Amino acid sequence: MAVEGEALTASGYIRHHLQNLTFGQHPDGSWGIAHGAEEASEMGFLALHLDTLFFSIGLAVLFLWFFHKVGKQASAGVPGAAQNFVEWIIDFINENVRGSFSGKNDLVAPLAATLFIWILLQNLMDLVPVDLIPWIATAIGIPYMKVVPTTDPNATFGMAIGVFILVLYYSFKMKGAKGFAAELTLHPFESKNPFVMVLFVPINLLLEGVNLLAKPVSHSLRLFGNLYAGEMIFILIALMYSGGIFIGAFGVVLQWAWAVFHVLIVLLQAFIFMVLTIVYLDMAHQVPDDH
Amino acid sequence: MSEANALLFIAGALMMGLGALGAAVGIGILGGRFLEGAARQPELIPMLRTQFFIVMGLVDAVPMIAVGIAFYVLFAVAG
Repeated sequence: MAVEGEALTASGYIRHHLQNLTFGQHPDGSWGIAHGAEEASEMGFLALHLDTLFFSIGLAVLFLWFFHKVGKQASAGVPGAAQNFVEWIIDFINENVRGSFSGKNDLVAPLAATLFIWILLQNLMDLVPVDLIPWIATAIGIPYMKVVPTTDPNATFGMAIGVFILVLYYSFKMKGAKGFAAELTLHPFESKNPFVMVLFVPINLLLEGVNLLAKPVSHSLRLFGNLYAGEMIFILIALMYSGGIFIGAFGVVLQWAWAVFHVLIVLLQAFIFMVLTIVYLDMAHQVPDDH
Repeated sequence: MSEANALLFIAGALMMGLGALGAAVGIGILGGRFLEGAARQPELIPMLRTQFFIVMGLVDAVPMIAVGIAFYVLFAVAG
């Protein structure tokens, strides 16, 4: 599976699998696809990961198309299998939003449903055999292909920063600029004495600021790290196929066992991303009683 | 093997070992408390199990990330 000029070694195989199909501007000024990690990093900030974009947008279109189709055909009579399935997912998300969101906002439940199903579909791409899609891509002339969009930090940071912008927006809207500033500066240290309180303000701002900024970082890195580790282990097990028939057969068993275990991680991480989104938005909606 | 390469292997081992150590203690305490709660109020088991899995997913993320990065260091960077 190596590109010409690249020796087929274990680390080369791993690096090849972890390289995104990057589109950007070459140092000489022309636009095109990067061949290798060095060229990709030379492109700098304005580079697009075509494979991440293709698979994430493709899965989003698939999800919207399927749910739209089922929603249009929904009947009050005996539901079909597809309608049952969609109703079950919507009920599940509805229950979770009701359980952890106390404010009043029509956006949160659809947002949670979109994030959960979209991330779940992206994560499920991990269960496609690691070599299958890159092999097809190589056959039609695409040198690099990283299939799982959530193993690209750009995708997970994109989603987490989207949620973070909503958190900031609703913090301003619900608490007002004054209330939001008070939340950032008047906790956790408080004092009755106004002079001591003035001293506490920068310390509180620092603590609360770090707390606020850590949210999108941990939110996205948690999803990325889990999926990246899972993908990494799939690739390493795939390396065993080159080790003779016995190690190869053992690799098949391991691949299956890891896939079964990975289904749990895939579901759990999509679920946790959704729950944290709901909780962060809930915190943004809570107006404190005093101050 | 050069010294820099050997250090990479030690780094990978530390990452995996220390990550697993912390998470093992954490998940052990979490599981113990879950059992205590379940024994005291068996009717709450479904609710507790959901919360248990949420927190376990949060804790489990850290060592899994460490394992992934350690494997990357061991096999792709050092190997």
